[in-house]
Amino acid sequence: MIEGAIWRKWAFFYLPMALFLLFLLFPFYWMVITSVRPDGELYRPWNSVNYNPFWTWNPTWDHVRYLFEETLFAAWLWNTMFIALVSTAISLVCGVFAGYALSRLNFPFAGSLGTGIFITYLVPQTLLFIPLAEIIRNYRLGDTPWSLILTYPTFLIPFCTWLMMGYFKAVPKELEECARIDGASRWQAMLYIVIPVAIPGILSAGIFAFTLSWNEFIYALVFLSSPEQKTVPVGVTSELIRGDVFFWGPLMAGALLGSIPVAIAYSFFVEHYVAGLTGSVKG
Amino acid sequence: MGQVVLKGINKFYDSVHAVKDVNLQIRDKEFVVFVGPSGCGKTTTLRMIAGLEAISSGDISIDGSVVNGLAPMDRDIAMVFQNYALYPHMSVYDNMAFGLKMRKFTRPEIDRRVRDAADILGIGELLKRKPRQLSGGQRQRVALGRAIVRHPRVFLFDEPLSNLDAKLRVQMRVELKKLHLRLGTTAIYVTHDQVEAMTLGDRVVVMKDGVVQQVGEPLELYNRPANKFVAGFIGSPTMNFATVTVTEANGSLIAENAGLRIRLPDGTARRLRGHIGHKVTLGVRPEDLTVAGAADPDHPCFDAVIEVVEQLGSEILLDMKVGQDVMVASVEPTVRVNVRDKLRLAMRPSSLHVFDVKTEEAI
Repeated sequence: MIEGAIWRKWAFFYLPMALFLLFLLFPFYWMVITSVRPDGELYRPWNSVNYNPFWTWNPTWDHVRYLFEETLFAAWLWNTMFIALVSTAISLVCGVFAGYALSRLNFPFAGSLGTGIFITYLVPQTLLFIPLAEIIRNYRLGDTPWSLILTYPTFLIPFCTWLMMGYFKAVPKELEECARIDGASRWQAMLYIVIPVAIPGILSAGIFAFTLSWNEFIYALVFLSSPEQKTVPVGVTSELIRGDVFFWGPLMAGALLGSIPVAIAYSFFVEHYVAGLTGSVKG
Repeated sequence: MGQVVLKGINKFYDSVHAVKDVNLQIRDKEFVVFVGPSGCGKTTTLRMIAGLEAISSGDISIDGSVVNGLAPMDRDIAMVFQNYALYPHMSVYDNMAFGLKMRKFTRPEIDRRVRDAADILGIGELLKRKPRQLSGGQRQRVALGRAIVRHPRVFLFDEPLSNLDAKLRVQMRVELKKLHLRLGTTAIYVTHDQVEAMTLGDRVVVMKDGVVQQVGEPLELYNRPANKFVAGFIGSPTMNFATVTVTEANGSLIAENAGLRIRLPDGTARRLRGHIGHKVTLGVRPEDLTVAGAADPDHPCFDAVIEVVEQLGSEILLDMKVGQDVMVASVEPTVRVNVRDKLRLAMRPSSLHVFDVKTEEAI
C-alpha cells in the first residue's frame, strides 16, 4: 500500500484504480445497455432530440427473446459447452500426465522436449488451420463438434502441459519419495499424493483451457458451416450480422449471455486459481 | 531384525565421484550416525540405502539379502525427511495411516497402530488436524509417527532436526534417543551437527568428500581421532592445531615453532621417535588446556596472549595468540583474565594429538 498523506493515496491508488476499472468495465456496460435497449433507440441518429447513448428509460427483453426464438442460440450454447468441456477434459488429462513426466521422470531430452512442446503452442492458429482443415476433411469430421474437440487440444495440451510442469516442479520431491518408501508405487504416489497436492494447478489449467476453447473463433469458423452446429462466438457473429446489417440488440445479448458461463467458472474457482498461479504448496 | 551391510558402495553423478568405496556393517538395533560437512556424501549414502538413488557399484544388503534392485517400498524401511514431507492434503491420522493402507492392513489394525504411535509421541489430540495447522515440533513428531507405525526393519533419518529452533532441537534429540531405546529398531541418521552425532549415535561414521574418515563410538572419535579432519570436526570448540618441528635435546623430544616450545610427554615422544627433524601437526583440545601453576609441573607449558574473552557462564573461552597460531582454551569460570594479558597455559599430557603434516593421519 501507499504510505503517507491521504491525497497521495487518492492520487496514486484510488484514482488510477478508478480509471482502470472504468476502462475495463465500460465494454461490459455497453454490452448490457445495448442488449436491453429497444431498436427505436438503437438506430436513432446521434443528433436527434433527447439522444442519450449511455442510458435507456425503456428497457426491453425483446433482443433476448429474439435470440432464443428466432435464432439457434440455445443450440450454440449447448454446442460451445459440450465442445469446451470435452476438449478441456482431454487436454487436462494429457497435460497432467505429460507435465508430470516432463518435470519428474528423468529421461534423456526431457528439457528440450518441454521447450519443444511450448514452441508448438506458439505456432499461430491462423497458420495451423490450413493443414488442419485438410485433415478434418480427410477424416470427414467437417461440420461436426468433433472437428473442434480434436483440434482444440493442439493448442490446449501444450498450454496445460507447460502450466502443469511448472506446478509439479513446485511440489517437493520428498513428498513423492516418502510415499514411495511408505509403500506406494510411482503410479500410486502420483495418484494419491502429487495430483491431490497439485489440484489448484490443475484447476487453473482447466479454467484457462475452458476459456480458451469457449472463446475460440477461427477453427470454429472454418470447420463448422451449418447454423445448428455453430458455437456461440461464430453463431452470433455470422447469423446476426447479415450483409452489412448489424442486429446490435441480439448481437450484444448473445455476447453477454455467452460470457456468463466463463464468468461463473472463474468466480467459482477464483481462490484455487490464484493459489495455482502463485504455486503455493505448504508442507 | 535390521542388519544393514554396505559393501564397496560407490556413487557417480556423471563425472563427480560422490561416494567412494563405503564399507560398513550396521548391527541390529544399532543407532548409527553419518556426520560430515555438506557435500560429503552422507545423504547420498542414506538415499542409496533407501532406494531413492541408484547405486553405481557395490552391494547393500538388509538382513543378509541384497536389496540393490529393490524398489523403496520393498525394502521395509521408513524415512524421516528434513522438511518432514507431510502430505499437505491429508490429516495427521491419514498421514500416519497412508503407509499401512498402501500395504493393505485391515482398518482396525491401522487404527490401533496409529493410536499407539500417537500415544508414544504425544500427538493423540492432533490426529484430525492438517499439517499446516501444526507447529514445527508437532510436524516433526507426525513425521516420526508416520515412520514408526509401520514397524520397519530400519529407520532412516535425513537431518530431521535441522529445521527446528535450537531449544526444540535439543528436546527432540532427547526424545529421539528415548524412542530408539524404547523401540530398539536399527536407525541410520544423517546430520552435519557433530553434537547430534555424539549424543545420538551408538557409533558415528565421519565422512568427507565421499570417503569414510573414521567409524567408531563417540568417545573413541573424540579421544582417538584417526586424522586431522576427524579431530577438527568432532568437539566444540574445535581442536587447536599448530605445526611444529620435532627436535631432540638432553634425551627428550621438543616440539617447537615460532611461538611455542614444549617438551613432549613420554607417551607422545615414543611415537615421534621417527620424526626427529621433521614437521608434525600438534593438536590439543581447548578443554585440555589449563592455566599453568597449580597443575602438575611436568605438564608441557607455553605462553599466550589473550585476544578475546568469551564468558559462557559454565566456562570461559579464551581466544589467544600463540606465536603465529591462534588457539582457543576453555578454562574454569573462576579464572580472572583480561584482554591482552599474557598467560601461561599447561596442556594435559595424555591428551596431546599428533598428525602427519602431509597425510594428516594420526601418528
